[in-house]
Amino acid sequence: MLNVENLTVQFPSRFGDITAIEDVAMAIAPGEVHGLVGESGAGKSTVGAAIIGLLQAPGLVAHGQMTLAGTDLRNLTPIEAHDMRGKRISMIFQDPQTSLNPLMRVEYQLVETIQAHEDISAKDARARAVNILEEIGIQNASERINAYPHQFSGGMRQRVVIALALCTNPELIIADEPTTALDVAVQSQVLDLIKELALDRKIGFMLITHDIGVIAQIADRVSVMRNGRILESGSTGQVLGAPQHPYTQALLDSVPPLDRKIDRFRVPEEADGSSRNDAGDHAEGWLLEGVQQKKVGLKIENLRVAFPGVRTSLWRKPDAFTALHDISLNVKPGSILGLVGESGSGKSTLAKTITGLVNPTAGHIGLGGEILPPGKSRTRNHPSRQIVQMIFQDPFSSLNPRHQIGVILSEPLWLYGLVTDGQERRELAAAMLDLVGMASDAIDKYPHQFSGGQRQRIAVARALLARPRFLICDEPTSALDVSIQAEILNLLKNLQSKFGLTILFISHNLAVVRQMADDVVVLRNGRIEEFGQTQDVYQNPKSEYMRELLELTPILPVA
Amino acid sequence: MNAFIKRYEGLWLFTRSPAAIIAAVVALLSIIGAAFAPFIAPVNPYDLASFSLMDGLLPPVWESFGNSKFLLGTYDQGRNIVSSILYGARLSLIIGLSAMTIAAVLGVGLGLASGYYGGQFDMIVMRIADIQLALPAILTALLIDGIARGILPSEIQQDLRVAVLTLAIALSLWVNFARTARASTFVQMQKEYVQAAIIMGQHPIRVMFVHILPNILGPLLVIMTVDLASAILLEATLSFLGIGLPADSPSLGTLIRIGMQFMLSGEWWILWIPTLFLVALVVSINILGDFLRDVFNPRLR
Repeated sequence: MLNVENLTVQFPSRFGDITAIEDVAMAIAPGEVHGLVGESGAGKSTVGAAIIGLLQAPGLVAHGQMTLAGTDLRNLTPIEAHDMRGKRISMIFQDPQTSLNPLMRVEYQLVETIQAHEDISAKDARARAVNILEEIGIQNASERINAYPHQFSGGMRQRVVIALALCTNPELIIADEPTTALDVAVQSQVLDLIKELALDRKIGFMLITHDIGVIAQIADRVSVMRNGRILESGSTGQVLGAPQHPYTQALLDSVPPLDRKIDRFRVPEEADGSSRNDAGDHAEGWLLEGVQQKKVGLKIENLRVAFPGVRTSLWRKPDAFTALHDISLNVKPGSILGLVGESGSGKSTLAKTITGLVNPTAGHIGLGGEILPPGKSRTRNHPSRQIVQMIFQDPFSSLNPRHQIGVILSEPLWLYGLVTDGQERRELAAAMLDLVGMASDAIDKYPHQFSGGQRQRIAVARALLARPRFLICDEPTSALDVSIQAEILNLLKNLQSKFGLTILFISHNLAVVRQMADDVVVLRNGRIEEFGQTQDVYQNPKSEYMRELLELTPILPVA
Repeated sequence: MNAFIKRYEGLWLFTRSPAAIIAAVVALLSIIGAAFAPFIAPVNPYDLASFSLMDGLLPPVWESFGNSKFLLGTYDQGRNIVSSILYGARLSLIIGLSAMTIAAVLGVGLGLASGYYGGQFDMIVMRIADIQLALPAILTALLIDGIARGILPSEIQQDLRVAVLTLAIALSLWVNFARTARASTFVQMQKEYVQAAIIMGQHPIRVMFVHILPNILGPLLVIMTVDLASAILLEATLSFLGIGLPADSPSLGTLIRIGMQFMLSGEWWILWIPTLFLVALVVSINILGDFLRDVFNPRLR
């Protein structure tokens, strides 16, 4: 049905033409889910945008053929292309929060789309919309259709987006990361729905994703992309089971397995990673001096955090929203505690409470036997400021974009009075860069000159330069590609075992936590569902919730 | 040269925007002319000995009866218009720049602190800003002028005219800076690098000025150019209404006020030439501000 050959897309720029994708070929049959997998910057979304004719200016299709059931997609007039979009090719976007107009009722958005493509009365259009909503699993659709997007939950909203893509009976639907913004349980439902639609309605799906688990769950065929080229293509079982291209193999190797713990990920040796020189040893020695202090543990007792709620009446005091209910847990000195939970479960609130950004309502936090002053009562020079360091989720915002790496790294040294001499600070910062696997000349560059993975290494280096004893890693790899994630996880494991750090590792990704943690806490709606040794929790989950989560997480067929 | 231009996006965009180039040339010429007025101007317009009644009301040089000694003509008492404009622009720009600077320092400081601390402090500052906005600039200026007249000894009042005017204008402009700085600070506060700095236990002053300020400079620079134009205009308005500078040390606004008397009597140049100069200066600064906004906000491009 869809046939793409030799597709090349270029972006003219002030540095000359940049080729975003080159010689891409693929075919999608009716009823087939074709997975397009690759890491960020591989050009996956550009392929989708080129097919639907929505390339961002100034991008253009330089050459190649694209046909949809006999129609040449390249030789359409703007009006024909406009009619084609929505009618024959639809699109599902990543974020259901932003792909629906928040000010319009769902009914209007659906009816509008149907009427734009068909000469049909508003009443008939509405009836069709209700039918579609029912078909994709929205209960009580004839009433729910009057709701506004914000009145649906995330998963339901993504169903509405799918209904919107579906309501004109398209032949091809391009789904660009349709489940990336969703929690595991919801993701699995949405994926099942897509698979069902492909089978029942014979719609071809182009499923763009970075998540190989998603591909494994529903794709019939898969193409692996990198740097704008398709490296390998074939049936899902064949590509994931017996990958031919070394990149595919490396990619599969870096996917953390859910069912077992592996010691270190197999990562292709990097050129500058192996040439570790004495500089790194210098940093290592310096850190080990600090290790003379003993390992610290963290004990949380009956911690409760409540935020003031939204005022609904002028006279009544608003009800508080409780983000954490009586949390008690214990991080053993020198161990890694994994904290898993879906979005909104209170993971980040817990991290913020430990660091003093959020004021707890009740309970206390003990660090190495001492009670930490809560929230704002913790002074700036409290010793815990140095002992506890944090690594954040988004490496693009955790480094000040206007500061050079050297300045960023010297800050903890200067702040905690660890090294007084400016020149020495610089040398130590350079050495630390070496220790985390970066070239020392990075010191004079700015954060934007680095990739996400490199920035996360810099963030790790900054945390280490404070000579911390306790690290909080808040989703440290969820903004990273899977191969980079493997590198960062390896790095954290190495550092942890070398320096005896205690780590609180927060993630929504069960497989990642399995690889990292000694003990694990499962959080749901601010309550602890389960707390135990990782091995036990993963193999014999006691709570219904954890069992469900484990079942719903897509897993790779083990080769 | 080309490679150099391509390295910097702002410069690159600049070379492809004729409006920005023309505006920059006009603004630069005016500023240079004003800054070096004592060296460039044919005569010192404040020096009463330098002009004679014989040269009164001469038209610009291209009109009949024009005199090449007075390129743009003269006032009724023979004062050279070229010199008056250069000296007037000098005063206007000094007042405008210093008012803008005071407003920026005050507004950015309060805005940063508001955004950083939030809560009660933020509420108080923002309500003061709201009240400030409710008072027209002219009213503020009159108020300050009145207070200054009341408390300052009369000998130094004349000398402090410029300072009082500057303060009045600054007070009506700081709100823009405070609001922009506050909003941008709120955005930066959510960024993890700021949280990292707070968790580390860095001093609030350092977090505000070393970490946050460099990251919100973009929108503030835009406000600076736009407010510079507003400050110049405000000064002109106040002087035009007679609250600003007196006729013996005329700014652009004063020159326009003087010109008003001749509007209907045929000596058009006395009104229109300073007016055109003011319009050109303000418009070009505004165009530069718009251009900067585009550079800093790629989404508007």
